[in-house]
Amino acid sequence: MRDEEIIHNEVLVTRKADAESWLRTTIEKMTQPGINWSRKYSLFNYPFVTACCGMEFMSVSGPRYDISQYGAEFPRFSPRQADLLWIVGTITQKQAPILRRVWEQMAEPKWAIAFGVCASTGGFYDNYCTVQGADRVIPIDVYIPGCPPRPEQILDGLRLLMDKIQVENGRVMV
Amino acid sequence: MSVLALEKLKRRFGDDIIETHSNLGDDTAYVKTERLLEIAQFLKDDPELLFDMPIDNTAVDWWQRSEPRFEIIWHFYSTMKHQRIRLKVRVPEDNPVCASLTPLWPGLDWHERETWDMYGIRFTGHPNLKRVLMYEEFVGYPLRKDYPITKRQPLIEERLVRDVPTQRNPPPDMLNRP
Repeated sequence: MRDEEIIHNEVLVTRKADAESWLRTTIEKMTQPGINWSRKYSLFNYPFVTACCGMEFMSVSGPRYDISQYGAEFPRFSPRQADLLWIVGTITQKQAPILRRVWEQMAEPKWAIAFGVCASTGGFYDNYCTVQGADRVIPIDVYIPGCPPRPEQILDGLRLLMDKIQVENGRVMV
Repeated sequence: MSVLALEKLKRRFGDDIIETHSNLGDDTAYVKTERLLEIAQFLKDDPELLFDMPIDNTAVDWWQRSEPRFEIIWHFYSTMKHQRIRLKVRVPEDNPVCASLTPLWPGLDWHERETWDMYGIRFTGHPNLKRVLMYEEFVGYPLRKDYPITKRQPLIEERLVRDVPTQRNPPPDMLNRP
């Protein structure tokens, strides 16, 4: 009698899971594009500025190049309120644990941009103290080359990230 | 005028000044390591010199080129007499120790810490001699000539990243090719 009960329950649970899964995929299919669209136009920046590329970041944040035309205008000075991490400048070995900690504090969904050649590959600092690219510490979504990059390149990199966010999948309910 | 400091040093300390030269207005005095503190005190206090401002402290590694191996250098400026002078001492590889001038010029604090950090030269009498740029876990002294130029000591485990193959960094299958 008891065994039958268990089997009965299992069947029910499986059907329920099936139903939930079907519901979830359907909802995701219907809502994902809209959610992605709203996400890509309201990126909250956290600028992790460690070196001279910061000047270009300031330039692109200012009115002339106007990063706010893409909705990414609002720098948050706590990683807990941000969802886009800009790694602006050289990452040294001493800085690497700090960068990882900042990244881990950010809430999902989150993205990271390596800004400039030092953050992308270490640049010409192939020496004892420089991490050879921030992707050795955290996962990076978009790499912007240049030493430092032109503001147009930065806007281009941001557009690339926005395109990437638009086609993302599976970050709705998880 | 600019040679005055060197002349005074030579008159006062004699053989403790190993060598002096004056090139393009830069006066340099090589001094004995043991008398460094007295000589520095004299440069600071003498009413005709008054070297009251420390400019820099650094070192040179003459590995496999010259003995003793390390050369430690101080630069001073006199804001009263508008003169500059450069002090040098040499210390050997097996015992790289010399007197700290931080008690005389507090501004040398971080300069001497950096020299300790990069070259491993111990300054006796320094109030707080520890690494200033590198982290405490770092082993070795990165600006010594025998430190491998790209030897990195990560503080955290690095993620696995596929390196872009270049001539300097060939992909594994290229290495096995005959």
